[in-house]
Amino acid sequence: MSPLPTTKPKLAIFGAASCGGCDIAIVNIHEHILEVAAVFDIVLWPTVTDGKYSDIEAMADGEITVSLINGSMRTDETVHLARLLRRKSQFLVAFGSCASEGCIPGLANLSSREQILDTVYSTDSTENPDRVRPRWQVGIPEGVLDLPEFEPMLRTLDQVVDVDYTIPGCPPESDQIWAVLQALVAALDGTGPLPPRGSILGAGDSTVCDECERKRDVKRINKFVRITSQASFDPEICLLEQGLPCNGPATRNGCGAKCPAAGAPCIGCYGPAEGAADFGARLMSAYASVIQADKPEAIDAALNGIVDPAGQFYRFSLAHSLLRGSRAAWKTDGEH
Amino acid sequence: MNAAPVSPVPTEVDLQTVFEPTVIGFTCNWCSYRAADLAGTARTKYPPNVRLIRLMCSGRLDPAFVLKAFAEGADAVMITGCHPGECHYIEQNLKALRRFRLLRRTLEALGIEPQRVQLVWASAAEGVHIAAEIARVTDEVRALGPLDWPADAAADTGINLDSAWEATGGQEAELAPAEAEQAPEADR
Amino acid sequence: MSGNGTTPAEGEIRIGVYVCHCGSNIAGTVDVVEVARWAGEALKDRGVVVAREYKFMCSSPGQELITDDIRDLGLNRIVVAACSPHLHESTFRGATARAGLNPYLCELVSIREQDSWVHSDRSAATTKAKAILAGGVERVRRNVPLDPIDVDINPATLVVGGGIAGIQAALEIADAGFHVYMVEREPSIGGHMAQFDKTFPTLDCAACILTPRMVTAGTHPNITLMTWSEVTRVEGYVGNFTVTVRKKARYVDADLCTGCGVCEEKCPKKVIDETYEAGLGYRKAIYTPFAQAVPRVPVIDRENCTYFEKGTCKACEKFCEKAAIRFDQQDEELTLQVGNIIMATGYDIFDAREIAQYGYGRLPNVFTSIEFERLSNSAGPTNGRIVLRDGVTEPKTVGVIHCVGSRDRNFQNYCSAICCMQSLKFAHLVKERTGATVYNFYIDMRTAAKGYDEFYQRVLEEGTLFVRGKPAEVTEAGRLPGEDGKMVIQVEDTLAGRQRRIPVDMVVLSVGLKPRSDAREVATRFGISSSSEGWAIEKHPKLDPVATMTEGVFIAGCVSGPKDIPTSVAQGAAAAARVLSRIQNKSIRLEPIKAEIHAEHCSGCRICNGLCPFNAISFDSVLAVSSVNAAMCQGCGTCVAACPAGAISGSGFSDEQVMAQIEGLLRIGMNGTAPDRRRFPVASGETTGDRTAEEVRA
Repeated sequence: MSPLPTTKPKLAIFGAASCGGCDIAIVNIHEHILEVAAVFDIVLWPTVTDGKYSDIEAMADGEITVSLINGSMRTDETVHLARLLRRKSQFLVAFGSCASEGCIPGLANLSSREQILDTVYSTDSTENPDRVRPRWQVGIPEGVLDLPEFEPMLRTLDQVVDVDYTIPGCPPESDQIWAVLQALVAALDGTGPLPPRGSILGAGDSTVCDECERKRDVKRINKFVRITSQASFDPEICLLEQGLPCNGPATRNGCGAKCPAAGAPCIGCYGPAEGAADFGARLMSAYASVIQADKPEAIDAALNGIVDPAGQFYRFSLAHSLLRGSRAAWKTDGEH
Repeated sequence: MNAAPVSPVPTEVDLQTVFEPTVIGFTCNWCSYRAADLAGTARTKYPPNVRLIRLMCSGRLDPAFVLKAFAEGADAVMITGCHPGECHYIEQNLKALRRFRLLRRTLEALGIEPQRVQLVWASAAEGVHIAAEIARVTDEVRALGPLDWPADAAADTGINLDSAWEATGGQEAELAPAEAEQAPEADR
Repeated sequence: MSGNGTTPAEGEIRIGVYVCHCGSNIAGTVDVVEVARWAGEALKDRGVVVAREYKFMCSSPGQELITDDIRDLGLNRIVVAACSPHLHESTFRGATARAGLNPYLCELVSIREQDSWVHSDRSAATTKAKAILAGGVERVRRNVPLDPIDVDINPATLVVGGGIAGIQAALEIADAGFHVYMVEREPSIGGHMAQFDKTFPTLDCAACILTPRMVTAGTHPNITLMTWSEVTRVEGYVGNFTVTVRKKARYVDADLCTGCGVCEEKCPKKVIDETYEAGLGYRKAIYTPFAQAVPRVPVIDRENCTYFEKGTCKACEKFCEKAAIRFDQQDEELTLQVGNIIMATGYDIFDAREIAQYGYGRLPNVFTSIEFERLSNSAGPTNGRIVLRDGVTEPKTVGVIHCVGSRDRNFQNYCSAICCMQSLKFAHLVKERTGATVYNFYIDMRTAAKGYDEFYQRVLEEGTLFVRGKPAEVTEAGRLPGEDGKMVIQVEDTLAGRQRRIPVDMVVLSVGLKPRSDAREVATRFGISSSSEGWAIEKHPKLDPVATMTEGVFIAGCVSGPKDIPTSVAQGAAAAARVLSRIQNKSIRLEPIKAEIHAEHCSGCRICNGLCPFNAISFDSVLAVSSVNAAMCQGCGTCVAACPAGAISGSGFSDEQVMAQIEGLLRIGMNGTAPDRRRFPVASGETTGDRTAEEVRA
């Protein structure tokens, strides 16, 4: 059943492999959501409204004005829908960390598909005596059932389709979402400029330190430590200067530096700063540069506080990094 | 002629059949690049597997360069610079050392063997030394086999975005409501 | 942005590629014709408009190929594949500039030193040349026009260290009519040379040739002498250094003091003079180090002065006719503005106690070379009589041991350059003054400068006995006839091929030279680099021995390693000449290889603040952003690589240039074709492209 014709610009919001937090962040603009509904004809938002993929299929190419896609590309179904929405949309927005850089689900790129399935279906915590595994095609009396295939590697939205805009964050801050939506509405009204294609929206031009209130000095780190209790750290001084691996220096600002304000190191959910080729490389280089040790053994001792380098440096950005994942992720699967 | 202890230079036949690693080498302008120059002037032979990039200092080495080299298909990366205490920028090579130690840990977590990224100090006088080190690294990586990191496939967009973009009037354009828009052409 | 702030000029990129044969130097191993053909075809889509090969690109006709093509074909990027950029980069950039193109849009890639000269297989070398060229082409696409930076030069110069090298440098500049500030740590200028008696090989008296220079320097209208002073801070950059000098309190008013010496005479406190007399003589608590000191203004040694110890005495004050004594004088901080700095801070002497088996400090009649210099000096504690530690007995037999602490893996690996000659001088002086038998123990005899070997022959003819071998020990434990009451030098005579025990009355250890104990600290203060031993590193050891990597800071004399007097003097003059040419030019043009911080992206995290050894990065606490002073930046790029926000760009070596060069270098595989790359795996259903919604649900 097709919706009735309308003169309003069409908006699609779609969640691929995601936790749902992005949808909640959108709803968290509170009553402004009514303004969104007033301006846009929401043609797809599975979390909130009823909508059929077939309705989208039936649309003309470019008929949707804006699509916000959150979540990462984990099954061939999400890949298909991303392509579908790309074709039907004038503007495609990678919404949130999963869509733009893989986020926590992207850490799955440290493992192969087989390893992931083993963990989920064949470890002691799973009751699965018949060792059943998901299959992408299942024979049923009516014929062959085609199910979404779990991709060998997780991809970000821009690794599957061209993306016009990116809104970073895990999830993006609601006030930033509302600001972006207002700007879009203004652009559609003709009362505001359209941001240049490729722009990062809803975030700043610098990094988290720009918004962080903590006092900072010339950086000299004797050793990295893990946070155990907040009591052992000075509440006023830069966390990195106290040896805590805070990702703030490399992470795009826009969040309001909430984590360091609360005494927790930034974990980097807003992704890399403008133009940075690889988030992890930026952090590794910065951290290592200010270690106060010159002998290999002393350097290693100082670095021992970073117990999980891949997790520390690529917690959100692994799938979008220069290497996209570990060798295990592509090698085993590819060589099966 | 000065001969570094090198492995046999591969012949054309070898190159078609046997795995020959490609090694990207980062050199500093003052010591290791000059060591490589000296190796040349002295006709010191080493395997042709290494391809050098000149930086002003090993301190310029951004870990992203190493990751980029692997992502572009290099089998190994050599980082070279002045010996500690002899850096032309006083102590910037020590920053390279620190970055190297950290980068190597991260690369191991990503399944890349430590032999694939090596740090070598060479003074401007050590042409034979750098030739020998290139030979050693090449041998070690040949024994490891190819890294063969997958290439970044261009995004399969299903739409010619540039034409779509132009259809909207480019960057500065103000967007009219959808009905007024000419829907961009899909190319398939 | 992580790379250059500026972007390439708009419009089409048109690259000219030029492959040099270098006679047969390149063409003998690399198929240059094939490389040029390949570049013209395979790199066409990368903007290569023309690709030529030529016998000698650096020749005039070769350079004309480039200039003509720039004009005729509208090229806006040039890649020359030839020799090392260290050889001809300026040549080809010059040609590019002559044709009206910014010189930094030209790249020289080396297919000679890095390819044809180090590989033998023609096919492999040709493939590598293509890869190197492709790297250059990708890189040059990201090159942007750069403009050199011009900096004005303040004509005043700072000379640090008042030894013979510093004096020479100061006089040259002052005589040319420009002002010099000379800072010396000791109370007098003169340096080590002032301690010597004779100088090899001519044996002229050190004081006779040095003192007039010291006096000239001390009275020169263009020289401001600051002795008993140290440089504590250096800020700024070439042309505009701000130097802070701490003038230690002398407790004497230098303006009033006439240098009459009465205070010294009347001072009741005798102190062993460890510096100038090397512990062999005494001075007073108020003293000038030696009679010919410049300036003639004494200093009070606060630690030993009775007044400072007990609060009474003031003998000096009582007897000073000019009332020049100032017990309440304080250290002063002075700020100097200079355009260039010459460091002539000299050397320290190796501590012979470190080699316990030679007995220095334990056996009374083991002397160091500097002690012997004082002993043999007619103005020294013994008035030039060469005697044992008892002050009266002349030695009958003397052993001079070369290479003490030098050429020794346990101590200093290097040759101290002056020890052979000073040891020969000692042998001659002992012979001349005492007639004693002299043994010289050497590893190799190094007499390589003008008149040096002739002096060696003269000492040989005088009857000095030479033993080739490094003594194992010096001992008092005599056990053979004739060893009683003597010291014995145990040595393997490597020419005779046997162990020898040689009884002597006196041993002179010809100790090596080593960097000043605070050399590293001082080098850091001035922003220059030093070797692992601590010697200052030259900009180029052969071609630029008096310049350093830091623009505007020059070095002369033993600060960069052991040297004899003629070389130190030559270096002092050379450094002065370099400074004078800068002053005459009134400004200096700096390479535009610089880091730049883009304030809009800088979060003020201060990661970069401690990384610059040249102190070029400063932090603005009001705006909370860091910035780079372009004139102080030496272009190493460390901060560029370290910036977590990617807010620092490096001109000439931008991220974009390096990343692009990596791509270019890997464009061609080891087998000479484009590499067949693996792709990241995708779901099996994806290979046919996207399915319809119906298919998904079917």
